[in-house]
Amino acid sequence: MAPSGDRILEVRDLVKHFPLTQGIVLKRQIGAIKAVDGVSFDLHRGETLGVVGESGCGKSTLAKLLMALERPTSGEVKINGVDMAKAHGGELKRMRRNIQMVMQDPYTSLNPRMTVGDIVGEPFEIHSEVAPKGDRRRKVQELLEVVGLNPEHINRYPHQFSGGQRQRIGIARGLALQPEIIICDEPVSALDVSIQAQVMNLLERLQNEFNLAYIFIAHDLSVVRHISDRVAVMYLGKIVELGKDDAIYERPSHPYTQALLSAVPVPDPEGRETRERIILQGDPPSPADPPSGCRFRTRCWKAQDVCAEHEPLLEVRTGGHLSACHFAEVHDVIGA
Amino acid sequence: MGRYVLRRLLQAIPVLLGTTFLIFAIVYALPGDPLQALAGEKRVDPVFAAAMREQFHLNEPLIVRYGYYLRDIVSGDFGTTFRGLPVSTIFEGKFQVTLKLALTAVIFEGIIGIGLGLWAALRRGRWEDKAVLAVTLLMVSIPTLVSGFVLQLMLGVKLKLATGIDFFPVAGVQDGVRSYLLPGFVLAMVSIAYLTRLTRTSLMETLRADYVRTAIAKGMPRRRVLGRHALRNSLIPMVTYLGADLGTLMGGAVITETIFNLPGIGQQLFLSVYLRENPVVVGIVTVLVLIYIVANLVVDLLYAVLDPRIRYE
Repeated sequence: MAPSGDRILEVRDLVKHFPLTQGIVLKRQIGAIKAVDGVSFDLHRGETLGVVGESGCGKSTLAKLLMALERPTSGEVKINGVDMAKAHGGELKRMRRNIQMVMQDPYTSLNPRMTVGDIVGEPFEIHSEVAPKGDRRRKVQELLEVVGLNPEHINRYPHQFSGGQRQRIGIARGLALQPEIIICDEPVSALDVSIQAQVMNLLERLQNEFNLAYIFIAHDLSVVRHISDRVAVMYLGKIVELGKDDAIYERPSHPYTQALLSAVPVPDPEGRETRERIILQGDPPSPADPPSGCRFRTRCWKAQDVCAEHEPLLEVRTGGHLSACHFAEVHDVIGA
Repeated sequence: MGRYVLRRLLQAIPVLLGTTFLIFAIVYALPGDPLQALAGEKRVDPVFAAAMREQFHLNEPLIVRYGYYLRDIVSGDFGTTFRGLPVSTIFEGKFQVTLKLALTAVIFEGIIGIGLGLWAALRRGRWEDKAVLAVTLLMVSIPTLVSGFVLQLMLGVKLKLATGIDFFPVAGVQDGVRSYLLPGFVLAMVSIAYLTRLTRTSLMETLRADYVRTAIAKGMPRRRVLGRHALRNSLIPMVTYLGADLGTLMGGAVITETIFNLPGIGQQLFLSVYLRENPVVVGIVTVLVLIYIVANLVVDLLYAVLDPRIRYE
């Protein structure tokens, strides 16, 4: 793991509750959706942290909190030691330069009325200190070249590009301000597989070139493994397991991670017969009313009384990485 | 682009022919004799009637009369009324009044409709949003006939009596721009409500778009995010509505101009139908159809400006 001095993003006890209200005229708060409920992790310079979990576990809310698109209910998001969640006005604007985002759907993330040059160059208009006015067009063309697009296409509109090319435009826009952190919220899930590989290779190349740190949110486990240095597994608003990618994939100690991994399709018919499938019963509980103690206990085959009483903390357990299970034990499900 | 405009203008010819023939047929199918209407209760002199019938081709079949009418129109002659006045002199000054009225209404629509819609969209789900929805529902539900008289009484008469200042003149055009404020608002009311709701829905959709989110994440000021990314991408349904609405406004002018006694084309249309002055009625409707066709062409051309994906060749 990189030395702690290289830590550029620190997230501490991040909580986001969306209030649930009842009544039309006189509103009463009857509860809250606990979308993100106490998430802590660090991100180091040049590192990729993959975030996986099923739909509704809070991945995208986490991304929005990190981008300061939503204000957290409590907790800290520190970029280079400054808390972004409490920043306002000019300070927040300066901090935004350092953390940019690549969206999931390249068809809705580009303004259809603007040319590629305007889209990629717009960050310069907002943060004019990054590029002097006369220099902007050249910079935009450079960026297009960096992401593998023809710089001559600067005056084209988004609809004249394919999905993969559009995602490259989105990446160029994210790179424009030379941020240290880029949050990729399912950047390849809307693309077909061959294009996915191209975009991921591009992301990796850019990481080496510019020493970028990524937070890579996805639900495709193999994609996450391919690109991540460390992986965080989320369940119902909490991180249940966090560690280096080999540790998570080969020595998972949390039952939820094991179940998740056992669902990865194996491209080998013979291996498929011998391998074990862990099939979870029931649906994830409602984030408005999560179970007491361990949130996973309602679907866990190992659950005991202690799981309902005491919440397992995310700490180093058997396997040598962070895991939030009272009965953590290493169990290699993919058999790699 | 030039060819597209030409094609559209050529397409307008059959539309114009169809609408004028339709209105021609309907007007002459109305029961009663236009010549009898001239004489009122008295008996029409048969010699005079015969001469008039000859002059206005009233003995010919409908389609032949329409042919005569078309021939005159093409040479720029809207014909003469049964009273012997050229129709074009009746038009004099009247279209200006109606256009000013419609323009006032469009300005009200634009400012109030888009403004309210924007405000509601930004406060979606909160009480302000719900209040806007309730008020616009009310505005749509009240017929112009009612709102016109009520506002005339409240803002025109009672307010003047209470304060001694004549804020909103209730009739005529002698007070310049001020004369158009109240009738313009009354005329626009229903459309304001529709435009507000349209703007609100359209904006709420674009506000959720990812490019709006990225713009915020880049640190763009909220006002510019709204103007540059959100509002402009929501404009197409709004512009479409405004273009089509011009026809509604022109038609609505019949009621509004009558309530507020504005000497415009609407009032003239009402009067001419009442007096059975068929040439005037057909003439007015022909011009209205033309305005409508041109307005829709302008809207279609605006699409290309608003959305680069739309190109006309």
